[in-house]
Amino acid sequence: MDVTLNWYLSLSALLFTIGVIGVLTRRNAIVLLMSVELMLNAVNLTLVALSQAMGEVSGQILVFFVMSVAAAEAAIGLALVIAIFRRKVTVDITEFNLFKH
Amino acid sequence: MPPKLAIQLILLLPLAGAIFNGVLGLFFPAIRRSERLIATVGTAVVAIPFALAVMLFLGFEGTPIVERYFTWMRAGDLTVDFAYRVDQLSLLMTLIITGIGALIHLYSAGYMHGDEGYWRFFAYLNLFIFAMLNLVLGDNLPVLFLGWEGVGLCSYLLIGFWYKELKNSAAATKAFVVNRVGDFAFLMAMFIVFKNLGGLDFDTILTFARGTTEAPAWVGWVVFLMFVGATGKSAQIPLFVWLPDAMAGPTPVSALIHAATMVTSGLYLLARMSPLVLLAPNVMAVVAVIGALTAIMAATIAMTQNDIKKVLAYSTVSQLGFMFMAAGVGAFFVAIFHVMTHAFFKGCLFLGSGSVIHAMHGVEHELYPHHGDGGHGAHGDDAKGGHDAEAHDSAAETATAGATPHAASGHTDASHAAEAHGAAPAHALPYDGPFDAQDMRTMGGLGKYMPATNITFLLATLAISGIPLFSGFFSKDEILFQDFEHGFLGGYGYAWFVWVVGLITAGMTAIYMTRCYVLTFRGEPRWPDAGRVHPRESPASMTIPLWVLGVLSVVGGFVGLPVVVNNLFGFEHSWIHHWLTNEGAGPVSEPRHVPADQLAEAVAHGAGGAAEAAHGVSPALEWGLLLLGGLIGLAGVLFAWRAYSRHGLAFDEKVKQAWGALYRRAAAKYHWDEFYERVVRRPLIGGAAEGMAEFDADVVDGAVNGMGTGARASAGRLRLLQTGFVGSYALAIVLGTALVLALVLFA
Repeated sequence: MDVTLNWYLSLSALLFTIGVIGVLTRRNAIVLLMSVELMLNAVNLTLVALSQAMGEVSGQILVFFVMSVAAAEAAIGLALVIAIFRRKVTVDITEFNLFKH
Repeated sequence: MPPKLAIQLILLLPLAGAIFNGVLGLFFPAIRRSERLIATVGTAVVAIPFALAVMLFLGFEGTPIVERYFTWMRAGDLTVDFAYRVDQLSLLMTLIITGIGALIHLYSAGYMHGDEGYWRFFAYLNLFIFAMLNLVLGDNLPVLFLGWEGVGLCSYLLIGFWYKELKNSAAATKAFVVNRVGDFAFLMAMFIVFKNLGGLDFDTILTFARGTTEAPAWVGWVVFLMFVGATGKSAQIPLFVWLPDAMAGPTPVSALIHAATMVTSGLYLLARMSPLVLLAPNVMAVVAVIGALTAIMAATIAMTQNDIKKVLAYSTVSQLGFMFMAAGVGAFFVAIFHVMTHAFFKGCLFLGSGSVIHAMHGVEHELYPHHGDGGHGAHGDDAKGGHDAEAHDSAAETATAGATPHAASGHTDASHAAEAHGAAPAHALPYDGPFDAQDMRTMGGLGKYMPATNITFLLATLAISGIPLFSGFFSKDEILFQDFEHGFLGGYGYAWFVWVVGLITAGMTAIYMTRCYVLTFRGEPRWPDAGRVHPRESPASMTIPLWVLGVLSVVGGFVGLPVVVNNLFGFEHSWIHHWLTNEGAGPVSEPRHVPADQLAEAVAHGAGGAAEAAHGVSPALEWGLLLLGGLIGLAGVLFAWRAYSRHGLAFDEKVKQAWGALYRRAAAKYHWDEFYERVVRRPLIGGAAEGMAEFDADVVDGAVNGMGTGARASAGRLRLLQTGFVGSYALAIVLGTALVLALVLFA
């Protein structure tokens, strides 16, 4: 049984869907951030798989950009979560609704 | 000098003067005080065009000079050029405008001395000359209309020259608005011409008119609308009401714009369009009858006025009526002849009245030294209203309280002073109203203090009264003769009516003008403290124009001697008749006097030479009419002279008692202003106020409020989208992405 491109893409879609569901359903801000990371890495997987299949390296180069952006995003996201936690002593995002008012 | 350059200079020099005085005065206030520079430039830019016009006049060979400078506008079939036409008619008008204009500029240099708006005055006056020259020199209706509107603007600016007084601004606005009614009619006439002829230049219109015998219906409308335009500019019933009020402007303005030039532009228009006008005989009847009614109405009002400028204003309206009486019977050259002589004698009369007012302001300052140096410089305000007079009263009271030996307060002191000097004959009815430098009741006996003004005013009075050999006699008599001839030979009933009204008005003119002269210059002084305070003659810059115009009012009529007199010298026509009509080749057309039955006969026989069928008025009859006209003038002058010399102001009372109701109605100006107030202004403004109030509340306010409430309501719903929960935003993003994907993949 060969591992074809479709396998990679299916796994990627699965991971992405898990990430989306995580973002939509979980209330813990840290889990939320992790779900976002999962979505980003699902995209990375797609890029690498397609790059390999098409014999093109530019997809793999793009992955490095995504990873660095993801790192920055995680750093800022965690910093925000910590800052909010200091004020509210919770990481439940349903409590974070200041902008409504 | 080539004519092209000469015409350019004639037109542009006054404009340059206006820009020089206006712009420099506006941006460099320091220059406003150098009156000598302003007056020199202002006068030179009118005097040089006069010299150029004389040059063109002397070198004129009989064919019109048409110069095109550049295209003004081009739209579809319509092309309007800045083209100018120099022919007999426009040359004559240009000579009048620049010649009298230059004299009046010179006069203004002295008259306006000390006024804070000196620079403004000369800028406006130069601009007026520019506009007026466009009016008479333009070779198409739009350029003429440009001048027409330009003179209206300058008239507005100059009537409201002393704009700090509400009364003056109101008069200016009135003139502007009333003129607008006429201008609208003129515009409509232009539209009709363009629709039917496809062009607006004079050649198109006049070639059409000369080649047409059976006029289509639109010609009647065009002529009628042009006449309505003329009633506005030339102050005829029903649009004359602005001209008497226009006397709020400085007196030189009254002389130049509201007597000599602008108000005659309606006549110029009719004369220029004369071939077209002759195609609409019904409208001509209207023109003549309106002219006659205006003439006699204004003459009756002039009888009752005490303000010297008001007398002259109504006299102007009346004389303009005379001109329309001539135009209405097709005697356009006589109308222009009367425009010319009227410019001479009425210009002289107005300038004379200005000189008188100038002197009376001097008297006023001597009598009430504590008052009135504020607003308008040394003598500025011609049109001091009631509130000034009240101020004078209080000044007089202070003087009495101060117990000075020559305390001046009202008529007791005046008569006392007169008695003290042993000069109080029975007729010297002292005037006990408030002092007003324009009121003839406060004048009297000015002749001995102001000899030059006295003599020139007398000459002009005799001219306007129609005393034989003076200019007004010839022009007025020619008008009456033409009316007579039109009725006698042409068989037109309305011409008889116009002729009779003209005769009566001519007699009345002699009476009211002599009244004006005698009350102002003869008899004993009627101002308070007349023994001590004397008026002084005006400076030379003012008396020189008076003399020039005075002499012209005497000799100006000789260019238009009656036909019988010309026949004595072996000429067929007078000079002005020949100059303007040029036996059918000139710019001004004439009707053919053929009795209606003979015309029918001639047409029936297919005879082209219908003109030969006409026979003239016999010389004996013409001499008789000439004599009649002269006698009417003489009788009027002698009657009024005796009556007002003997009784003075008391004679006005006698007239008032004898003519009771009519006098009161005339003195109230036949309630024209009240009529307009009630019939036009109040319904218009009132109706507009009511209609607009609803429109404002419902539509304008509705739109503004609707936008506010609409924004609030929609925002109330849209704000629900903002929940503040990160999850709902994320859901929106996911759903949005899914939607876009679905669209991209499946649509």
